[in-house]
Parts: sequence; structure tokens; C-alpha cells
Amino acid sequence: MSEKMPSQMKAKELLAYYQAKLDEEARQAKANGKLVCWSASVAPPEMCVAMDIAMVYPETHAAGIGARKGALDMLDVADRLGYSVDCCSYGRVNIGYMELLKEEAMSGKTPEALANSPAARVPLPDLVITCNNICNTLLKWYENLAAELNIPCIVIDVPFNHTMPVSEESKEYIADQFRNAISQLEVICGRPFDYEKFHQVRQQTQRSIAQWNRIAAMSQYKPSPLNGFDLFNYMALVVCARSRDYAEITFKKFADELEELYKQGGSAFKGAEQNRVTWEGIAVWPYLGQTFKALKNQGSIMTGSAYPNMWDLSYDAEDESLHSMAEAYTRTYINTCLENKVNVLLKIMEKGQCDGVLYHLNRSCKLMSFLNVETAELIQEKNGLPYVSFDGDQTDPRNFAPAQYETRVQALGEMMDQAQQTGQE
Amino acid sequence: MYTMGIDVGSSSSKVVVLQDGVQVVAQAVVQAGTGSSGPGRALEQVRQFSGLTPEDMDFVLATGYGRTTLPMAQKQMSEITCHAKGVFFQEPSARTIIDIGGQDVKAISLDDRGNIRQFYMNDKCAAGTGRFLEVMSRVLEVDLEEMASYHFRSQSPASVSSTCTVFAESEVISLLSKGTPKEDIIAGVHFSVAAKACALAQRVGVRSEVVMCGGVAQNSGVADAIQRELGQRLLVTHDPQLTGALGAALLAYEEIMRKGKSA
Repeated sequence: MSEKMPSQMKAKELLAYYQAKLDEEARQAKANGKLVCWSASVAPPEMCVAMDIAMVYPETHAAGIGARKGALDMLDVADRLGYSVDCCSYGRVNIGYMELLKEEAMSGKTPEALANSPAARVPLPDLVITCNNICNTLLKWYENLAAELNIPCIVIDVPFNHTMPVSEESKEYIADQFRNAISQLEVICGRPFDYEKFHQVRQQTQRSIAQWNRIAAMSQYKPSPLNGFDLFNYMALVVCARSRDYAEITFKKFADELEELYKQGGSAFKGAEQNRVTWEGIAVWPYLGQTFKALKNQGSIMTGSAYPNMWDLSYDAEDESLHSMAEAYTRTYINTCLENKVNVLLKIMEKGQCDGVLYHLNRSCKLMSFLNVETAELIQEKNGLPYVSFDGDQTDPRNFAPAQYETRVQALGEMMDQAQQTGQE
Repeated sequence: MYTMGIDVGSSSSKVVVLQDGVQVVAQAVVQAGTGSSGPGRALEQVRQFSGLTPEDMDFVLATGYGRTTLPMAQKQMSEITCHAKGVFFQEPSARTIIDIGGQDVKAISLDDRGNIRQFYMNDKCAAGTGRFLEVMSRVLEVDLEEMASYHFRSQSPASVSSTCTVFAESEVISLLSKGTPKEDIIAGVHFSVAAKACALAQRVGVRSEVVMCGGVAQNSGVADAIQRELGQRLLVTHDPQLTGALGAALLAYEEIMRKGKSA
């Protein structure tokens, strides 16, 4: 770990420092007999953090394994357990990792695939918490984790929003889900819920989210001081530490750095920014560098993505009915009707001043991807921007072909050039 | 003024040399694609025919999957743009393009100036591509060049899956073992390819004229199946395998003109 104090670190250093610190805290918690919870990425952590439970986020962990080229070993374990390649690769990587941890715990020997894995080492959970506000796979995946490990599973059930805005009935139902989770936590922890700390945690979460939104807002400037792919990296902390000050500190530093860069007339893009694109869908973690470079090489910067914006979980921390918090956790754009999804994306494209759109048809993420064909057509009807889609996967490198991606990205670049030339004539 | 377009695909290499952006003065096709001796052999054929080499060119533009592997190319562009350019040059009434190559199927929609309005390509699957036909040709023991004549003799095309090459191969083996005539199986294979291509064409919106290009367009059986599947006339470009290279040579010419303007 770096010898610098956090106050002396740049944002990028803070990101690495706090990520490592969170993993270390989880390992220490386990060693000291404190509870460890594995959590879905957009499940509310506020209740668990209020009860001083160490949090681990399997989706972020799986993305990290994918980015470090370690997914195949974990996917092999899941394959052997019978999980189809049509199941979410985050789920398969995590279930493979869990299986190896379990084997180690039962046998006292570290399996070779675990010993050689580039994955950050995290402990097995004592409970899991999941929420179906971003997909339904998260229910079965976490139920499987709980069944395999014989541990409690807290489910925050969130109705799909077929119409917007979110109804009062829906908010009350979700607030009840939070209250039910609180009751479950009191039993699991064997002590009364700490409502005062819960209030403080909600306030902290809002301070983190406010700084996160400051970063996201930077892409509106032209040239953009923010490279959208950086959001994919910093996302790790909005997922894993939004209810801690780690996220607030890091995001504030990054937003300050970006503002300073902008004031000095700088740009995120070393080289001329020729056009700006929206990336719709999850990143292709095993090929993050390649997917970024194919765009960069033709002067395309990504200034729009709804994916990181899913963590714009702004709510009123003082609202004790928890309706505001409930609303924040259910309005996630992929938990809403097509019309709303289109509107969210249109705003992102407008704010990012985008010239084209790249849709990731992600074999792992049915909810995000299956709507993309229809979404793309509706959006083009409204804003006329050229778009392409490519086949890929968030963490299964076998489901992505770089050459196919590059051809489509180049074609998008050529269509954006053509649109610019036609506009100039 | 000479410009050269080189289209290095997954299974063949194609070169077109243009004079002054209008006249084809040399062309070559070698049935060996990226990573093989194909590009070098195609350039050698051009040299033998016309005496012209890349050094004699004012601009060389490359396309296809092997486009980044050619050191003589000054620019690379996607095969989508190159095919659109090549087809529109040959057939200005083209509004919908169906291009089937070795491992790609694509449908491109053009506006009345030849600009790309939208395009869709196949996913990571060989069904409906030239490679699919090669697999079937091997299983059926019928040369690719002969498949069209079988197609037109079919009385009752068999049903063959269009979702997966492996599934389709098993179906074809099963049809063979049942004694289904090869004519009907081959027509079924062609309709399977047509179904995949037409689904993409319908996604971009089918507007006349519909024009087919790419190596598979040389198989008139596939063109017939697409025409019947679409229920409207299908034109096939002259030398359909060379359309991408022709488009690349035309775009090379436009590059020079643009540079001339800005100079």
C-alpha cells in the first residue's frame, strides 16, 4: 500500500487505495468474527453499513477479475457446475469464485485456480443481500449463493416501473421491504437496529452521490475533460463505498481535478477530439483497453453512458418514511418502461453532445441488451444520430470478437464523418 | 491518376485499380484471405496484367478484416462504407444492399446520394455466411460453383435451420441419410442463407432497388432464394466479389480530391 497519506493522493491513487482498503477491511472483519455481506451492486447498502457489516460486491469483483484477464478460470468452474454460457457472466465468475473459496474452507487447501487468480482476495459471506432493480438474475444468483453456503439471503423486491413517475404504492411497498430487511438484520446481528447510524449513513450516501454526479456532469463540456471510460473505473467506488466517505473523498478529488483541467483549457483526450459517442451497456471488462483504443484511434471520445448513471441514487436523507430512498432505488433506468429508458438515454446524449451511439448487445445482460434493438430505433427517430451495435459480453471473453467490434466502430466513425460533411455542405 | 482499393477478407483477397476515379484498369481476386499469401498474390496478378504496383498509385485504401495488415495502404476504411460506395457507383438506384461475404452478412440502407442511412450485420455466428455454404458444400460433396445448378432443379426445397451452422449441418446429414434429393437440400440451404440476409434487410427497411454483392452473390441460387424471400427484384452487381475493393478505390480517389481541395 502507498506510503502517502490519502490527503496527498491524486484521485487515481485514492481509487486504488480505497479499493484495496475495502478488501482488506472485509478480510479483517472475517478474521475478527464480524459479519461479511455480499451485495448486489444497486441493492441499498445503507442498512447493512448502519449495522457495521463489511460489504463485498460480487459484480464489481467479477468485473475486476475480467479486467485482469482472470475470468476464464472462474467460468470453467461454473461450466463444470452446469451453468450455461447464456447465464450472466458476472454470476458465473462469482459462483466459480465462491465455489473455490468454499473448497478451500472445507479442505484447508487453496485450489490452484484460486491461488493463481489475479482476483482481489475477498472472504466468504455470512449473509447476502440482493435487489431486482437492475435484473432478475440477481435473485436466483444470490439465492444460489445462500443455498450453497447455508446463509441468510435478504431480498429487496422492487416492482418494475411500467409507467413513470413511480407510484406512491410502489414507494410504500419498497419502504416496507427496507423495514423488513431491518428486522432480518436485527435477527442476524442479534442486536437492535441502529437508527441513528442509519440516518448518518443515508446522509453520507448522499454526499458521495453528489460528488459522483459532479464527475458525470463534466462530460457536457467541449472538449471534454472527462473520458467516459474513466467512469467505468471509478464506478467501483460508487458501487462498493457510496455509503462510506471513501467514495466522497475520491470523487471530490477527481471532480476537482477535472474542473481544474477544464479551467486550464485541457481535455481528457490526448489528441484532437473529433467526435463524441454514447456507449450504451456494460463495459466489456476483459477488453476494456481495446474497446477504448478502437474509439480513441479514430478520435472518438465517449461522453455519454447511462450505465454509470445508474448510481445517481439521489434522495432526501431526512425523509424518515424512506419513500424518497425507495424512489431512488427503483427509478434505475433499466427498471423502467421503454419510453422512460429512451428519454433517459436521449438526455444523456444531449448532455454529452454526442454524435453517435454504440450499443453493446451483451450476451450476459438480457435486460439491458434485449431492449436495445428497439431502443436504438426509437432514439434514432428522435435525434437522428447514427448508431451501431456489437455483440459482446461483460466478463466472458469468449463472447467478444475484437475484429468485429473494430469494424463496427470504424463504420460508426465513418457515418459520423459523413453526417458532419453533409451538415457542412 | 491511379488509385487502388484492396479488400482483404476472411477467405479471399481482392484488388481494383482505378484510373481517374472512373475506369477500372486492373482487378484481381485470389481465394485466400487475411493472414495468407492472398493479398500478395492478388497484387502480383495486378502487376502482371497491367504492370501497375502500389508504388505507382496516388492513393491506396484498404478494407476488409485484413485492412490493418497492409503496409502499402495509406488509409483503412470499413467494408460497410466501401461496399456502399462500390454498389452505388455501379447502380445509383440502389437503396438497399445485401452483402454476403466469407464470414459476414450485412444489410445496408442508402439514401439517394449513396450515404449510409443504417446498416446491420450478423452476430458472432457463421449461419448465413459464405463459410456456412462452404461447410454445406463439403457435407453434400457438391462444389460451390455447382450449387446454383442444383438449386434450379429443385422441386421441393427442404427446410434447413438458419440459426446455427452446426445445427444446419446435422439437419443436412439427416436429410441425406433419409434420401432427400441433393437439389432440394441445396435449395433449402440457399433459403436458409436467404432467411438470415432478409431478416437483416428487413431491419434496415427494404427499399428498391435491392442490390446484392459479395462473394456469395456469385451463387445465383442464393440470389434467387433472396429474391423469392423478399418478394421483389434483386439486382446483382457486376463482379460482386470485387465491389468492396472497387468502393475502396473510389474512396481513395475521393481522398485525393479532398486533399486537392484543401491544399
